[in-house]
Amino acid sequence: MREYDTIIIGGGPAGLAAAVEIYNEGVTDILILERDIQLGGILQQCIHNGFGLHEFKEELTGPEYAQRFIDKVEELKIPYKINTMVLDITKEKEIHIMNSEDGYQILKAKTIVLAMGCRERTAGAISLPGTRPVGIITAGTAQYYLNMKGYLVGKKVFILGSGDIGLIMARRMTLEGATVLGVAEILPYSGGLTRNIVQCLHDFDIPLYLSHTVAKVKGKDRVEGLTLMEVDENRKPIKGTEQEFEVDALLLSVGLIPDNELSESADIDIHRRTNGPIVNEKMETNVEGIFACGNVLHVHDLVDFVSAESRRAGRGVVRYLNGEKTLSKGVETVNGQGVSYVVPQKLHVDQIEGKFAEVFLRTTDVYHDAKIVIKLDGKEIKTFKRPHLAPAEMEHLKINKELIDIDYGQLSVEVVEKEAN
Amino acid sequence: MKEWDVVCIVCPKGCRMKVTEENNDMKVSGNQCKRGLTYGVKEVTNPTRVITSTVKVNHPIHRRMPVVTKGAVPKGMMLDVMKEINLIELELPIMVGDMIIGDVLGTGINIVASRTIK
Ligand SMILES: Cc1cc2nc3c(=O)[nH]c(=O)nc-3n(C[C@H](O)[C@H](O)[C@H](O)COP(=O)(O)OP(=O)(O)OC[C@H]3O[C@@H](n4cnc5c(N)ncnc54)[C@H](O)[C@@H]3O)c2cc1C
Ligand code: SF4
Repeated sequence: MREYDTIIIGGGPAGLAAAVEIYNEGVTDILILERDIQLGGILQQCIHNGFGLHEFKEELTGPEYAQRFIDKVEELKIPYKINTMVLDITKEKEIHIMNSEDGYQILKAKTIVLAMGCRERTAGAISLPGTRPVGIITAGTAQYYLNMKGYLVGKKVFILGSGDIGLIMARRMTLEGATVLGVAEILPYSGGLTRNIVQCLHDFDIPLYLSHTVAKVKGKDRVEGLTLMEVDENRKPIKGTEQEFEVDALLLSVGLIPDNELSESADIDIHRRTNGPIVNEKMETNVEGIFACGNVLHVHDLVDFVSAESRRAGRGVVRYLNGEKTLSKGVETVNGQGVSYVVPQKLHVDQIEGKFAEVFLRTTDVYHDAKIVIKLDGKEIKTFKRPHLAPAEMEHLKINKELIDIDYGQLSVEVVEKEAN
Repeated sequence: MKEWDVVCIVCPKGCRMKVTEENNDMKVSGNQCKRGLTYGVKEVTNPTRVITSTVKVNHPIHRRMPVVTKGAVPKGMMLDVMKEINLIELELPIMVGDMIIGDVLGTGINIVASRTIK
């Protein structure tokens, strides 16, 4: 069986950036596998602007950002197969694929890059009360219908969950002539970026109901209405706060989960908090030679970080193929107080490129005037001041690698809020 | 003195700014970079927005071409610009950056294709 140097699963921004980096680092026996009709991933339906400020120093729309990478892949003539579904992978790096041209096939690779992205949480995942009529749809699916097919899923719309996709869709549907009656968020703060609250809701006077939820959905065949209620600190609806809305569509924007069914069948360890593979400084999983990057690893809000992370995974692939060996046992990163996760989960100091170890994290709550404290085996080694921290905004830290130059140990990351004085 | 609370939308940091005007002198505070300064003043004097949408294409697989205003149009004209965009139907191929509507409604702003469909 022919063995590829590297096979990349997923042709979104993560897979494309990894492919280009691998090629530029001298490995050209690459194959990208993509199940969709085109390369570009989720960005093809994210037609709004706001992408690429770090990567290209200009503000691009999702498709424009994707196009830059697609053009690069075409220019370098990196091979790819579209309309090709990856059905299964094994830890021996066999990849089972299916498409209408080749039928069912098994491919073999020396290295694999997992770049399958994420999927949306659905009504089932959040146990929405009431009937399940037509017209309850995830915000991303509504976005797909509108931006790829030109089909508006409703005229009187309510949105449950204040994630970015929901906010973006509130504006998009309003511009296409729908009335968006409101956005409900069960938490006391928004799940989306502040700029999206401003330019997608405030611009169109769409109310944001914080600490509210949809308590009931009405309608037999099609959604006809819903009951909105305020919730208490325990997220329980408060009696007497009912408000009725007449709607013909309810969009759900209640979060994204990395899509790791394939990873699990290759015995890749999945982190309980990120729902993505556990990786080291090179984005390599516990299965040697299998790497992960982008939304399959952890959900990103900025595609620029996806591209940077994927290039790192790409360099990891090339270093692996060149036979580089890791010498240290590795420092484990753990989430302390106020931090919901830290990626990567392991850092081998001898393998870190450049001067800094880069880590990404999300906080559990909104914090003001806080600092992020880094401890190595219980001893404080570095703090970062932050005027504002929110779960919706991923934090990126650079830690001088001299500070963590040990064979093994534990690096904890925690948030300390400034004491009131 | 006049005072406005403005959230900068130029980048995802979303700085919470204060814009003040005294004797025709505008001041911005709370911005973390220069772009916030420009945005703050503009937002209270002549607010503008970039518009993105899609237009119909004739193609066996693809149905819509995403488009974007190259530059921002006055905020109050968003719905009028949408009407212009919705009148268009395209023949392919079209390359990213190709002009779809020039000087839309006399704003001086062009609307261009935001991807390539061959
Ligand atoms: C609605 C929305 C709005 C966003 N807005 C912004 C924004 O304003 N600014 C910003 O910077 N970022 C934004 N993002 C984030 C950015 O789009 C993502 O971080 C980025 O697209 C992630 O890239 P990815 O390659 O990891 O995943 P994806 O783009 O999802 O690509 C994964 C690819 O893998 C393919 N795939 C999956 N499983 C298989 C399989 N089994 N076989 C073959 N192929 C498979 C999929 O078809 C897909 O093409 C937004 C994301 C969403 C969803
Ligand atoms: S002021 Fe600068 S840093 Fe702050 S949101 Fe605006 S562009 Fe971003």
